[in-house]
Amino acid sequence: MKLTLWTYEGPPHVGAMRIATAMKGLHYVLHAPQGDTYADLLFTMIERRNHRPPVTYTTFQARDLGADTANLFKDAARDAFARFQPQAMIVGASCTAELIQDDPGGLAEALALPVPVIPLDLPSYSRKENFGADETFFQIVKALARPMERTKAVTCNLLGPTALGFRHRDDVTELTRLLGTMGIAVNVCAPLDATPADIARLGAAHFNVLMYPETAETAARHLEKALNQPFTRVVPIGTHATRDFLAEVATLTGLPLPAETGLRQPWYAASVDSTYLTGKRVFIFGDGTHAIAAARIAAKEIGFEVVGLGAYNREQARPVRAAAKTYGLEALITDDYLEVEAEIARLQPELILGTQMERHIAKRLGIPCAVISAPVHVQDYPARYSPQMGFEGANVIFDTWVHPLVMGLEEHLLTMFREDFEFHDAAGPSHHGGKAQARAETPVAAVDASGGDTSAKMKGEDVASGEVIWLAEAERELRKIPFFVRGKAKRNTEKFAADRGVTAISIDTLYEAKAHYAR
Amino acid sequence: MSLDTPPRGCSDTPVLKERGQREVFCGLTGIVWLHRKMQDAFFLVVGSRTCAHLLQAAAGVMIFAEPRFGTAILEEKDLAGLADANAELDREVARLLSRRPDIRQLFLVGSCPSEVIKLDLARAAERLNATHAPHVRVLNYSGSGIETTFTEGEDACLEAMVPGLPATQDEGLLVVGALPDVVEDQMLGLLAAIGVPNVRCLPARRSSELPAAGPRTRVALVQPFLGATHAALVKRGAQPVSAPFPFGAEGTTLWLHAVAQAFGIPRDRVEAVIAAPRARAERALATVSETLRGKRIFFFPDSQLEIPLARFLARECGMVPVEVGVPYLHRELMGPELDLLPEGPVLSEGQDVERQLDRVRTAQPDLTVCGLGLANPLEAEGLATKWAIELVFTPVHFYEQAADLAGLFARPLRRRALLTPEAAE
Repeated sequence: MKLTLWTYEGPPHVGAMRIATAMKGLHYVLHAPQGDTYADLLFTMIERRNHRPPVTYTTFQARDLGADTANLFKDAARDAFARFQPQAMIVGASCTAELIQDDPGGLAEALALPVPVIPLDLPSYSRKENFGADETFFQIVKALARPMERTKAVTCNLLGPTALGFRHRDDVTELTRLLGTMGIAVNVCAPLDATPADIARLGAAHFNVLMYPETAETAARHLEKALNQPFTRVVPIGTHATRDFLAEVATLTGLPLPAETGLRQPWYAASVDSTYLTGKRVFIFGDGTHAIAAARIAAKEIGFEVVGLGAYNREQARPVRAAAKTYGLEALITDDYLEVEAEIARLQPELILGTQMERHIAKRLGIPCAVISAPVHVQDYPARYSPQMGFEGANVIFDTWVHPLVMGLEEHLLTMFREDFEFHDAAGPSHHGGKAQARAETPVAAVDASGGDTSAKMKGEDVASGEVIWLAEAERELRKIPFFVRGKAKRNTEKFAADRGVTAISIDTLYEAKAHYAR
Repeated sequence: MSLDTPPRGCSDTPVLKERGQREVFCGLTGIVWLHRKMQDAFFLVVGSRTCAHLLQAAAGVMIFAEPRFGTAILEEKDLAGLADANAELDREVARLLSRRPDIRQLFLVGSCPSEVIKLDLARAAERLNATHAPHVRVLNYSGSGIETTFTEGEDACLEAMVPGLPATQDEGLLVVGALPDVVEDQMLGLLAAIGVPNVRCLPARRSSELPAAGPRTRVALVQPFLGATHAALVKRGAQPVSAPFPFGAEGTTLWLHAVAQAFGIPRDRVEAVIAAPRARAERALATVSETLRGKRIFFFPDSQLEIPLARFLARECGMVPVEVGVPYLHRELMGPELDLLPEGPVLSEGQDVERQLDRVRTAQPDLTVCGLGLANPLEAEGLATKWAIELVFTPVHFYEQAADLAGLFARPLRRRALLTPEAAE
């Protein structure tokens, strides 16, 4: 038993729903009690889908348990087939139905429906959403894809985009365009917008592009083995990764590298206005694939310092740990959001790149934040074209990450005129909306814009101060430091003091520390 | 508007009973508002990752640093008997309470998986009470989807509190149902002015304000989904007040009169108190209902508020209910409402969502009230919708909110007219 407040991933059957909802002509019959239909609203509300997920829930009740839940399942499956006439069905159980052990696969087989019926075995009490998506897609591919003659021209399949994915729709468009510049057409994109008939003709492609290992790695490995289709290992998020990806495709196909078009990110990062980005301390957390990609971009393409890197999906723990090591870090692999919050509070980064959860943590701690990975909320399904992959994705990422920060010249002005009554740090970056609050004339002692950490305090650990105390005048001086670097200054000073056995921080200690950490 | 019973209400209307896929939340969802209402309570769901995910999705955004609810997620080893689930639960509760010393009431909330594996949360609550009383009272109820639908979770929660209410011999009124604080205060003001003695609320905002119940306690419900709590209080000897629910000016008036009558308070005293707020409500309603008059409305089953709301919209806003679906029909509590609801709509109980969708497509109502899973798909098909869950999350009871309640239904129609003027007549 494990106490959870917020979860990064849903149960595995929600992963199966992400596959079913992405596809067309497929129907999912889910043995589940009333209430499990909540999952529909993830798709219709958060992603604003204009169709219900193609899922039939058997909706068994307590009174059915002693009686005949198996027949309930059979009726539901038969009715769903008659009503929706799918090309194929997937059948399975949610967490409660798993306990009553009705065997949806066997029951569906007994119906002898005239279409392929693919049983799913998704252990709800040990696995989670990404596993559910990956396993479901693999089972569908295994059941339907057969070896076949390759297309004359070089083609590929795009594997992995699902419903409720982070920018999957736009990534597909961007990669299709990018591969088009090499003369490579997309044979099938799956699961997004694919029918079971499309899955059956996956084998016509010369190779597979594995877009998201979280949802399609097992299927890609199966196709490599069963259909002899190689797949790409590089996930093209960021300028460098996109170039590596194109090189990988060129090697696989023997086609020449295309000319780069539309890439602005490297020049934007090189332009002098971006100098202020140098060495900004970022904390990165998300699914393994997006977190690793974000760290590479942050460190190599924007010039940030990566101070924390982690992922919530244990399946990707190994590559995330390896990536973290290259930045001299120990990866944070956890799905406990309080643990992530405590780590962020401890590190006091200047920017957080994370999920919807980290967005909330950032808001509480007063740290700028940009979203890089699922799970995300409705505002991260933008109306505009906004990919993460390819060269346009690199442009989008640059804009998205820089936006939450105070801009270079403004940063200087804030430092110079920190006492100005309307141009002070509680006013926030000037290019963001919202009314600037007038600065309180006498600073309130308890208020600290770097953010206290309530939950950590509740655990009885005072993360920030330790044994060191701040003398009043030093604390006043600290408050004069702009909010976006105050957390770092506080942390550095305290570490400096602690390392030297100083227990009371004076103004001198503060500036000694500043000199010590100067770079 | 008339307070007369229409020549024929819906009391004798045959009910279409449906069985099939239900597009309704389970009772766990009630935690989303109950944990805000009871400020020193924590709700610990004993369930699966699905339960945690449901609460997170139903809560919309994760706005709380540390919400006063959580899920003790059952894991493989709990099910395989490798771990003693009770020992695990005790450990998690102890951890939780040591971290949240502000918590005075802890609800262990049963879920589908905990019910199916027959984890006895009543005994667990007893055991934990022995450890943590008197600082924390531990109670239990089930919010599982196999037993409860959406708002029935609040019913189960309040029912669980009934045995722990202190006894009293005093005359008084117990108002049952979680109301937003501002509405509760308005109601208490009205009842005080009318002269109703000793008014208390269940649930109370804090555990120290727990109301008492006894043979001279009158019980009035402000929410239509509290049948089990109602029965438990009556079983303790309290006397029920039968009335329509206080939605709209008419519902509020009838509810207050019924309460006053139970205490032998003369009608003219009530009339004197309500004259001004009632006139205000009617004035405000007259404006809002212009958008609604003559429009046809279809209710999917959701919160159990459907019948009282259909009555309000039909009688005070001039809408025409086409179908009124409810998760279940509680004849006794709904009696006064069915008497008032004008004859005409199909009354349906339970759900087969596919067949109901067929009916709504045939009916082509002007407004469809449904859950969040159906709203956008129906909008995409050209039907205007109102999300039912907003009706439970918004202050809608009593006079001052009557026009706001009507406004919730008018807004989707006004919005449509704004965005596609050519589609609106």
